[in-house]
Amino acid sequence: MEQIAMKTAEGKRVITKKPELLAPAGNLEKLKIAVHYGADAVFIGGQEFGLRSNADNFSIEEMAEGVQFANKYNARIYVTTNIFAHNENMDGLEEYLEALERVGVAGIIVADPMIIETCKRVAPKLEVHLSTQQSLSNWQAVKFWKEEGLERVVLAREVGLEEMLLMKKNVDIEIETFIHGAMCISYSGRCVLSNHMTARDSNRGGCCQSCRWDYYLYEENDQEVENGMTEMKMFEEDDAPFAMSPKDLNLIESIPKLIEAGIDSLKIEGRMKSIHYVATVVSVYRKIIDTYCDDPENFKIKQEWLDELAKCANRPTAPAFFENVPGYQEQLFRNHSQKTTHDFAGLVLDYDEETQIVTLQQRNHFRPGDEIEFFGPEINNFTQTVGTLWDEDGEEIDAARHPLQIVKFKVEKPVYRNNMMRKEAM
Amino acid sequence: MKKPELLVTPTCLEDIKPLIDAGATAFIIGEETFGLRLAGEFDRTAVQKTVELSHEHGVKVYIAVNAIFHNDLLPKLPEYINFLHEIGVDSIVFGDPAVLMNVREVAPSMKLHWNTETTATNWYTANYWGRKGAKRAVLAREINMDSIIEIKEQAEVEIEVQVHGMTCMFQSKRTLIGNYMEFQGKDLKVEGRSKDRTLFLHDPERDSKYPIWEDANGTHIMSPKDICIIDELEDMIDAGVDSFKIDGILKSSDYIVKVTSLYREAIDLYVEDPDKYSELKDDFVEKIKAIQPPNRDLDTGFFFKESVY
Repeated sequence: MEQIAMKTAEGKRVITKKPELLAPAGNLEKLKIAVHYGADAVFIGGQEFGLRSNADNFSIEEMAEGVQFANKYNARIYVTTNIFAHNENMDGLEEYLEALERVGVAGIIVADPMIIETCKRVAPKLEVHLSTQQSLSNWQAVKFWKEEGLERVVLAREVGLEEMLLMKKNVDIEIETFIHGAMCISYSGRCVLSNHMTARDSNRGGCCQSCRWDYYLYEENDQEVENGMTEMKMFEEDDAPFAMSPKDLNLIESIPKLIEAGIDSLKIEGRMKSIHYVATVVSVYRKIIDTYCDDPENFKIKQEWLDELAKCANRPTAPAFFENVPGYQEQLFRNHSQKTTHDFAGLVLDYDEETQIVTLQQRNHFRPGDEIEFFGPEINNFTQTVGTLWDEDGEEIDAARHPLQIVKFKVEKPVYRNNMMRKEAM
Repeated sequence: MKKPELLVTPTCLEDIKPLIDAGATAFIIGEETFGLRLAGEFDRTAVQKTVELSHEHGVKVYIAVNAIFHNDLLPKLPEYINFLHEIGVDSIVFGDPAVLMNVREVAPSMKLHWNTETTATNWYTANYWGRKGAKRAVLAREINMDSIIEIKEQAEVEIEVQVHGMTCMFQSKRTLIGNYMEFQGKDLKVEGRSKDRTLFLHDPERDSKYPIWEDANGTHIMSPKDICIIDELEDMIDAGVDSFKIDGILKSSDYIVKVTSLYREAIDLYVEDPDKYSELKDDFVEKIKAIQPPNRDLDTGFFFKESVY
């Protein structure tokens, strides 16, 4: 196995192989925020050939702008082209892949061999990464894709640490694994609930998340159970319905193990998530990775990191398959609320050092007297109460009630452009 | 006109002879450790006997080794593949590239059928797996008749299509039934979760019932209706589709034998006398309806349904 650490002259162990922190972005604004908050790479979707057909997704021109922006920060852009294509989806694929190569995208994330082969032929400069849609679960299959010329594989969500170690040991290929976000409960690529229930093709981006719905478990009997019925309920009146909704993945406490295992890329899910979500999750994992790599021996998870992550979570979280096959504790029963504890209230556009006045773009209702919190890569989180509030023209207002409204007020500490302001949800 | 193979999944060794008599020309069998969602469990003795009996009658035997493999099972693969090779099975059905890698090592002359169920959706990828060593591609159930015909026209491998029975909608590695029971505080030792238990999920919004069970490969959820296109076989036979599959999972031996003989009759009739087939095809459907289990309606799957995304 490759070397991942060294000793400094003073005898301190430091990690030399820092894994890539890979963030999602549903549009150009999110891409810029992800890079600004510390992502080493960002994955985005185009208008075709990718899953998440409901996301905004990027035009080729927007991708070009995203790549140029990312290049300034040495960040890489990957494009998801991970549908399982039907015959008719082959149209336009070559031109699309050529365009991705031309605008400087670093690689594509692919599931269908048709797209892999087409890419190698028409856009050979693009790296090809195997999507989790292939549900790659063993090292011999990893070896197969290595021999097919792939640079990287994204593992199945069902693969645990022990399995990753064996893959790393047996095959010299980059490994990418999910560390945070919403997960399929099925083997990815092997679920067609959505096709059956709503005629929307899950493997071409139409997934309607039928796995998050409630069902009722019965047993079918040969004989009558009661009242002419042969079906027997497997639940009592007050029981929760059958559910298979998984908690979201959260491997915050296992990052050290993933780094020591030499995993190449740590991936955050969520192209549909807000810039607040992306900024919060990326900045927390950025801090953990950097802190661990600088001094692994004295590393401890800080409570503030856990607290910070919880501020953007919209579901309870769990480590899923990392150590074991997850039990009922990692599923959600009777739980359909997706409420976050904090709302994203504003994005910093400007700060005047002399007057200490911040100019914000409103992202959620707030008013004087509200307790708010600022965070961002240049600052330590701080909270304060909102004082007098002005609109763009300097007129005093009683609340920031319009989306994207420009507002100003005085802040207690310096803030920077693209810092964010959040407040506790009602 | 070429007659397609009539491929059936038997529930046990005792089904083999009646199914051969009913007109099956190939079988898929296997064991749960290596194969997904089999109609019955065939240990090595049963596999060997099935091969002997079938080969006497010129019937082929394919073995399902199409699980999604994790590292822990890999060491068992070479020996199993070697066993299958030695007893002369006609092909191995695979989805995971690990099986392909092992067959190349252990039994390079062994025929392979590529079957991942949901992901065989275009002809290019079918041919890709052909170049990697597969002789046949088993198409996804979620594509329509036009796609199937186009794939067959462009394919360099044999094409297999399921024409009858239940299909899989979902596989999870998690033990979802057990998890639900544990959540309710029930005793897992008492409550069975296997196929024999005939559990189903009711979806009140669509008034559908989805069979569900757990086994070594995780939790499986199946379609609410059985595909039946015994009256729509013309285009695929004309196009030269190589194999029609009847899936017997969660059905009785008696049912599978009857359905097999009806498809046998329908295929033979179309090839010999297409007009007569057109005339009688509704009768075939009626005959199948008459033996359908209660709670299992028939439909035409995705053959004539458009999906959006």
